[in-house]
Amino acid sequence: MRCLLLLVALAWAQPLLADSNLPPAYWSDRQLPDPKQEAQAEALMEQLRCLVCQGQSIADSDAELAGDMRDLVRRRIAAGEKPAAIRAWLIQRYGTWISYKPTAEPAAWPLWLAPLALLLIGGWLIRRRIRVRRG
Amino acid sequence: MSRTIRFAPLALLLLIIVALIWRLATPSDTNVHSTLEGKAVPAFALSAILPNKPPLSSADLANGQPHLVNVFASWCVPCITEVKVLQTLKDSGVSVEGIAIRDRPADLTQFLASNGDPYDRIGSDPQSQVQISLGSSGVPESFIVDGKGVIRYQHIGPIERSDIGLILSKLEQAR
Repeated sequence: MRCLLLLVALAWAQPLLADSNLPPAYWSDRQLPDPKQEAQAEALMEQLRCLVCQGQSIADSDAELAGDMRDLVRRRIAAGEKPAAIRAWLIQRYGTWISYKPTAEPAAWPLWLAPLALLLIGGWLIRRRIRVRRG
Repeated sequence: MSRTIRFAPLALLLLIIVALIWRLATPSDTNVHSTLEGKAVPAFALSAILPNKPPLSSADLANGQPHLVNVFASWCVPCITEVKVLQTLKDSGVSVEGIAIRDRPADLTQFLASNGDPYDRIGSDPQSQVQISLGSSGVPESFIVDGKGVIRYQHIGPIERSDIGLILSKLEQAR
């Protein structure tokens, strides 16, 4: 029983230890006063991938690092930097992995071509079907 | 419909199953690697966090000697065992620098007092901004920077005793 309690306590302690004791960065959960800038920041944050919770955007993630990245995005937008420039700056560091926006690089070609290919295959199948019926 | 086409869905299913089994057997690497390997350390100047420890800037790294830059924190559990390995590296003549992520002076003092202090310099990065500019995605991580200030190697996760050989050889290559 004591052992079980200890295990439960350990499981409880783990997530607490994964965070620092400092408060969140100033702009991590605060909107920019200019609504236009805030909309720009929001749109960019939804397209940047969290480094900790890798399936989430930094806009959705509760990870501290995501908060620090939101702070970075908002401060740079407030300073007049273009969202595309901030995205490029991050891609320079983490690769295209960091951005949810698909790029036109060769590795992404199948992604762009798949809908077209599927449409063609579908059309061909339907044509065959119709022909067989008539026959 | 011809006989071969009839078996196409089954073949596709088998293909998918084989792909799934292959992925289970060889899990993909979920680490996010910095793309700055081979490039210069981005310019930064971090302030000191402890009164008796000099601060860290990118200029300190380009002084002709290779450096091991350790991204760590007193609140990071794997860092406790790693710092002891760093001490071993330090004892064999490696220059170890620290970037303390989101840390408080009191916590860091206690951390170094109880686990050892291999750091020549420690810069304070309270909002992970230098960590992000290095392309690092967590603690602990380490970067080997050559004498010209170019990043030569990124080590993701704690440096274990078994990594000492690897780290020393990477440092030798960066010389």
